[in-house]
Amino acid sequence: MVEFGGWEMPVQYSGIIEEHLAVRRAVGLFDVSHMGEIEIRGPEALALVEYVTTNQASRLNAGQAQYSAMLYEHGGFVDDLLVHKVADDHYFLCVNASNQEKDYRHILRYNRFRAEVEFASDRYVQLALQGPRAEQTLRRLTATDLTAIRYYHFTDGEVCGVPARIARTGYTGEDGFELYVAPEHGVRVFRELLRAGEEFGIRPCGLGARNTLRLEAKMALYGHEIDASIRPPEADLNWIVKMDKGEFVGRAALERLAAAGVRRKLVGFEMLDRAIARDGYPVYVEGRAVGWVTSGGPAPFLNKNIGLCYLPVEFAEIGRTIQIGVRGRLAEAQTVRTPFYKRAKTNP
Amino acid sequence: MYPEDFKYTREHEWVKVEGDVGVVGITFYAQQALGDIVYVDLPKVGTRVEQGKPLGSVESVKAVSDIYAPVSGEVIEVNEALVEQPELLNRDPHGAAWLAKIRLNSPEELNNLLDAAQYQALVAEES
Repeated sequence: MVEFGGWEMPVQYSGIIEEHLAVRRAVGLFDVSHMGEIEIRGPEALALVEYVTTNQASRLNAGQAQYSAMLYEHGGFVDDLLVHKVADDHYFLCVNASNQEKDYRHILRYNRFRAEVEFASDRYVQLALQGPRAEQTLRRLTATDLTAIRYYHFTDGEVCGVPARIARTGYTGEDGFELYVAPEHGVRVFRELLRAGEEFGIRPCGLGARNTLRLEAKMALYGHEIDASIRPPEADLNWIVKMDKGEFVGRAALERLAAAGVRRKLVGFEMLDRAIARDGYPVYVEGRAVGWVTSGGPAPFLNKNIGLCYLPVEFAEIGRTIQIGVRGRLAEAQTVRTPFYKRAKTNP
Repeated sequence: MYPEDFKYTREHEWVKVEGDVGVVGITFYAQQALGDIVYVDLPKVGTRVEQGKPLGSVESVKAVSDIYAPVSGEVIEVNEALVEQPELLNRDPHGAAWLAKIRLNSPEELNNLLDAAQYQALVAEES
């Protein structure tokens, strides 16, 4: 167990590689109750969400979710998050555990719309059921029609006879669900899900596999790829910024950045030498330290050592040989296209 | 669990002395704490190592950890099998996954190490 944002969390149950492969090939279950939830209600709920996030919440239908970000005025990340539209006057935000109080204060600070903002983390546990067998597993415990929930959609239904927000979202690069239930039902739902997935070889999964899975899928982790000093175009996250939607916090800074030009970029790499790049290791081009590794490690499904790093744009092209400073020596790597792993497209 | 004829460090290495040679490895507790081991960096044969100083490193999926030499001396052999099969360290840390053989130059250093009972107590405390 490790402490993570005030939570005691298992890094692994049976082993990171085994858990990682279970999610890629079958199904895995994560207790991600540490994640934060913030609910925004009232006639001005949309106006507030649009103002504090970068993606276009007005495009959402009820029952739809989107990946988005909150920025400071200077354009750096407060956090990344999922915005769920429950109803015209009700939005449900899922934010990072370690940022949740900061996020809540940030939203309140910009709430000139007088929407109702509730810090709701204590009312939810979150369980992530991920992998190609996730739907078959969950089907056994719910009367809710799961096939009707498309990717990045959700519905308020029930699991194990208790109310649950069932979202077809995740942080692994696989199909799967994130379930929000009341804390008093958390342990039972977790156990029932493990039992329901037994025949598929379900594994309970810890923070370790969550990290390797999201890295293969090139999903950002706050404190690594994004933080207050990084702006969306640098992090390859322009796709969640809708500059033409109207005013939002950070927009002016992004306009200035676009005019001045982006100087650094997040790039994926694979190790060529037998070595493992880790977070924080320096990146060299032609003998000069020019960047740093944001996340790195073995990719258990791809069977390679991979990583993400920031590089000046002039060195950021795909196929360039770079060197990583690995504990006092230089190891060769090559920049590659991302995501490193992409699941085959199926129905949802 | 922890062989009686091994000596142990507080950093979770073991050494088994055979004549003037110490066979060195990491303990069951160490491999369990590290998780899936995916990479091993071994010293070169001929390297002189010092008790308590880095001998090499092991990397799990999660992190990299130094291995410290439990005894001083010259590395006379390393376990090349671990280069291709680092996972042996998870399977047989006290046997097939020995890391290196060191020709001892100061056997009295062994007195600085823990015996099996003392090591067991240390592990019980840490876990």
